Order: sequence, then structure tokens, then C-alpha cells
Amino acid sequence: MFSTSPAFKENAHKAIADVGLQKALTRTKPHFQGRRAKAVEGLPEFERLRDIGRDIKNHTLANLDFYLETWAGNVERAGGQVHWCATADDARAAVLAICERVGAKTVTKGKSMISEELAINEHLEQHGITPVETDLGEYILQLRREPPSHIIAPAFHLNREDWEESFRRAHTDLAPDRVFRERRDILTEARAKLRARFLAADVGITGANFLIAETGSSVIVTNEGNGDLTQTLPRVHIVLASIEKMVPTLEDATNMLRLLARSATGQDFSVYTTFSTGVRREGDLDGPEEYHVILLDNGRSAMLGTEFQDMLRCIRCAACMNHCPVYGVVGGHAYGWVYPGPMGAVLTPTLIGVDQAGNLPNASTFCGKCESVCPVKIPLPKMMRHWREREFERHLTPSAVRTNLALWGFFARRPGLYRFATRIGAGVLGWLGRKRGRLSRLPFAGGWTAGRDLPTPEGKTFFARYASEQRRQRGAS
Amino acid sequence: MLQASPRVALFVTCLVDLHRPTVGFAAIRLLEQAGCQVEVPRAQTCCGQPAYNSGDREIARDLGRSILEAFGGYDYVVVPSGSCGGMLRHHLPTLFDDDPNLRARAEALAERTHELVSFLTDVMGLERVAGAASGSVTYHDSCSGLRELGVKAQPRRLLEGLGLTIKEMADPEVCCGFGGTFCVKYPEISTRMVADKTADITASGAETLLAGDLGCLLNMAGRLKREGSAVKVRHVAEVLAGMTGAVPPIGEAG
Ligand code: SF4
Repeated sequence: MFSTSPAFKENAHKAIADVGLQKALTRTKPHFQGRRAKAVEGLPEFERLRDIGRDIKNHTLANLDFYLETWAGNVERAGGQVHWCATADDARAAVLAICERVGAKTVTKGKSMISEELAINEHLEQHGITPVETDLGEYILQLRREPPSHIIAPAFHLNREDWEESFRRAHTDLAPDRVFRERRDILTEARAKLRARFLAADVGITGANFLIAETGSSVIVTNEGNGDLTQTLPRVHIVLASIEKMVPTLEDATNMLRLLARSATGQDFSVYTTFSTGVRREGDLDGPEEYHVILLDNGRSAMLGTEFQDMLRCIRCAACMNHCPVYGVVGGHAYGWVYPGPMGAVLTPTLIGVDQAGNLPNASTFCGKCESVCPVKIPLPKMMRHWREREFERHLTPSAVRTNLALWGFFARRPGLYRFATRIGAGVLGWLGRKRGRLSRLPFAGGWTAGRDLPTPEGKTFFARYASEQRRQRGAS
Repeated sequence: MLQASPRVALFVTCLVDLHRPTVGFAAIRLLEQAGCQVEVPRAQTCCGQPAYNSGDREIARDLGRSILEAFGGYDYVVVPSGSCGGMLRHHLPTLFDDDPNLRARAEALAERTHELVSFLTDVMGLERVAGAASGSVTYHDSCSGLRELGVKAQPRRLLEGLGLTIKEMADPEVCCGFGGTFCVKYPEISTRMVADKTADITASGAETLLAGDLGCLLNMAGRLKREGSAVKVRHVAEVLAGMTGAVPPIGEAG
């Protein structure tokens, strides 16, 4: 996918001015936060479950080579094929090769962030194959040719009016008096259109929430059931998964699923949880004739053993963005690439380079809310700080920032000089604000004063006052 | 065992030094009332967060080393800020990962470092502070104090003990958008965040906004005053120490 991450600030500016987006964000945010809070409240052992989740993932990552091999062996024993893809290019080529070999004309797709990472729709279209999104959110985004703005609710940024407008434009057979008032109306219309596509598809592509080493299975969760139809109706099922989706056992997967649903949507369990293991066996009622897993690395294995390894625990629940005050203001598109919010701020620089995505880990107040809700306890702020350190080492930090820091550092390291400079600074500012206690404008502080006043100092610094007080006390004693 | 009169070093913080010395004096008064011997080491400037959070570990380490020097010999180090307190308690040791000696010293310091209000209640066992006050306040839970140091109930308990009524915001825990250098690097986002915050403050109906971090307070006061709000803004220590007469509210003239 093409990235606009370098333009984060401009993107954010547009997002803040976008009335529709702001409306959608205001509506959706409390919904997600409230439901998660309720779910957590309802499960007293949730904190312990978070530790278990973290430990399962840490153990898996520490032994990733072993589990990947075990898993791949089991996939093959069940009649499936694993395509090891080091890069996004490799993965695109592998998907296309399968589709072309089986003569696919249309491909149905379940929701998959890896497919966004690969920009697989564009790639298939360029080769004459029609991809059809079957997740409701993804379906409308395909109509609108927009990327998702959220990792579990891709059309997070749209309002009901937008849905209706897109449907009326694309579904030209719609009766003018057809009402779209509720989500159900939208779902019914999409389902009617999608039914024929499901049956006509030659290949079904899904993502994977987890890969299970002991059985060679892939797991997906949905609330619409579209994933099931995508993977059971066509002859060929392709799973797009990245290496960190691995868990050792079925039991581990169950623990992770309990965490995932609560953290994501506040459900005890998602409506549909589907395990796929290999191809249809004799006597099976359904299942594909071919089962392929596109196993993508795309820079992830390079995170192992580094300060970014913990990020590979991520189970893509979206709790971090649902609770992020910055995401809550700018929405997902401002981040400029596939993964928004705090998890994107850590992951995106790994995948497309910190020179491209440097703004993302900087655009955080380190409020720590994300880490406090992350089901696998990823220290997201700490990792954003690591990116800032890498930027600083590589001299990617803007030169004005570096100069200011160096100047401030020079004084801060010399308490005597620092006292002297702050005494003057506090005095001048205090004097400037002596009438109102604040300033509405100040040169070089335009960023601050555009939207707020600058309260001015009392006038004398603490250390100046403290010193004279000590002198006075000594004089008195 | 808690010593009868522990020696406490006050880490003033650069913002209090520069902007609102009264908070420092309020901290001294509260600590002395609680029975501490308070000293203010002279060789202190800043906890290093501006550098640390900008990725400049070198300056952060230099400042960290001088903090270890200046604050080494005390029973406790107390900070009238959750943010700087969190820096010393949780982040300072990680600056010395490659130096076991300094790392051990930093860990020892971290263990003895506390945010002011939680120190009074959790370490000194204070149930109430001296004095009485009236009126309604709303309390903003600054992020680091809340999430890194667990400061939440302590200030509310002491404020209620003074006779103040607490009118909670709908979401007192959401970030105000200050974020240190964030507010100047991303002013538009920061302004939107603080505007959401001030809407919540206004809706609470409280006369006064309190918090334990001067950075957040300057941010919220700046926005409230820009909006023409009459809500008064103060550091919690000023109120607890009964020193509201010593200085006008933040962003107002005396
Ligand atoms: S970083 Fe944590 S909270 Fe965010 S999506 Fe990943 S698992 Fe969920």
C-alpha cells in the first residue's frame, strides 16, 4: 500500500477539519471503550489472562523457528501447502500464481490486514482477477475505493449517510424508497449482492487471527459469518498470515481468543470462530480442495532479538487505538499506512522505514493508556521512544529540535548557569504577564498560543526565592 | 521501619522552579507538617524527560548521573509531579542498562522516590492535612501519576478531608494533550485534546480544577482562559498546604 505517513501533520490537519470524520469518531469511541470496560469487569481473572497471553506469546516468539516448522509439517500432513514469503512481493506473486493456475476469475475475500499490507486487491485487478470483499466494512470501502481506517472496524470513519450514499451509487437497481436506517438494512442489502459472488468465486482469501502449531490450523473470528462462506464455498482457500500469528496449542489459542474478543469488541467470544485445517477429507461435508497459507515475514523476523520484539505479541485487537486520545482526534487515515494508532506507530516504522513513518511514534503524549489496555501488555510508549532514539541516532530528528535540545542540554547540565538563565527567563515572562497572568501571543510559541493562552510565571524562580529565604533564616537565627 | 523524622530531598522540577515556585514551598510545608526534615539539593535542574522522550539518551544520562550524585544520600526523594516522579522511578534505571554500578544506584534511588501526595498518604501514613477549605473541585488524573505511580484516590481523600466537594469529570483519566514537547510538535492535535478536556472540566460544574502536574495544569489553564472560563486552576499542593492566598490561580493576575 502506498504510504502518506510522511504527511502525518497535514493528514491530521485535514482530519480535524473533517466534520463527518469527527462525527464518526465521537460516536464510535465511547462505544468501544464502554464495551471493553464492561467485559473486563465481568471477568475477574482478566488481569491474569493478560499475563497468560503475554507469556504464551513470549514463549512462542522465543521458540518461533520450532513452532513454525512444527506447524508447517502439520499443515502439509493435512494436505495443505505453506508458501514461505520473505517479502510482500513474494507474497503477491504466490497468491497470483495460485489464482492463475486454477483459472480464477473472481476471488472472495474475508477481512485481512495482511491483504492491505500486500495491496493484494490492486495486484489481482492488474492481472484481470476481480477481488470481492465480503466483510461489510471492507465491502463498502471497496465500493468507495478507500483504505480501512481501523484494524477491526475498517469503515470506522463512515457515518450512516455515507453508507447509504455509496450503496445508492453502486447498486443502481435499488428502489428509491428503500430505507437504510439501521445496520440491518445495510447488511441485508450487502448480503443480497454478495450471495451470488460467494457462489461464483473460484478462490477464497482470508486472513488468520492465529496459527496453531500442534494442529496446523488457522483460526479466524468474525461477527458476520462472511469468513466461513469465503473459505468453504470456493474450491481453493488461501490464508494470508504473518509469522507472529503463531501459538503452540489449541488451548493457547482458546486463551488468546478470550482475550481478543473482550479487548476488541467487549464480547465474551466473537460470533463466529472458525478453525481450518488442511483440505476437505473424504466424508467431510465441506471444505476446500486446496488449502494454502501465504506465510509472510516482511521485516518481522528482523524484530526478533531487538527492542521491538515485544511488538510481535500483538493480536490486532485494536484496543490501543480505541483508547488512544490521538487516534480519537485524527482517526486512522492520518497515520498514512495500513496500521494506525499506537500499534501502528510502533509497527509501521519497522515495515516501511522510520524515515517514512517517523512522525507516528512522535505523535504521542506517552499517556500510557494503550499499554494499560493492551491484552498482551505490549509496552507501546517505550517502543515509540525507541523509535525516537533510532531517529535521533540517525540524525532524522528535525534540526530545529536538535538545536533546541542541545542548547537546553547545555544549560541543564550546568546548574549554576541554568539558575542564571532561568532567573532571567522567569523574570521576563513574569513581567510580560504581570497584568493578566497570561499571554495570548508570544514569538516562537505560536504552536502553543494558537489555541490557548500561555500562563506566565510568578516571576522569581523557586531557587532564587529559596536562597533568599535561607539567607533570611540564617540572618534571623 | 519508618523513621520518626525521615530526611527528604525535594526534587523541585524544572517547571515548578521556573513557573510556580509556590508549589515547591507548598511541598516543603506539607512534608514538614508530616514530620519530615526537608532539604533541597542545589545541584538539580531537570529530570531529563525532554531529552529522554526526544530520543537523546546522552543528555538524559548526563542529567541522570547528576541526579544520582545530588540525591544519593537521603531517605526519600519527593517530587511534586507524577511525570517527573515516574521518570525517576521507572525510567532513570533503564538509562544505565550498560553500567551495572550506575544501574544499581539508579534503582536504589528509584525505590526511594515518590510523588508528593502519594508519599504523604502511602509512606507517611497521613490521613488528613491541616486546615479546612470549602467549595467544589474537579481533579484531573495526570497520565504518569495515574498509570506509572498509581496516584488516584490519595489526592481525593486528602481534599475531601479538607471539606472540599469533588465534582468528577466524565473522564478524569483521559490525557489533556500536554505531553511535554508533544504540545509544540503537534499543536493542532494537542489543542483539540485539551479542548475536549476543558469541555469535560466545564461540564463537571466545579469551581476549581486541580492536578498534581504543572505541565498539564499550564495546558488546561491556558485553554480555559482562552475560552474565557472562570474555572480556577491550581496545583493540588497549593490547596493541601493552605497556600492559595500566596499566589493567584494559574493564568490569572493577582
Ligand atoms: S498493540 Fe495490543 S492493544 Fe494494540 S492491537 Fe496489538 S494487541 Fe491490541
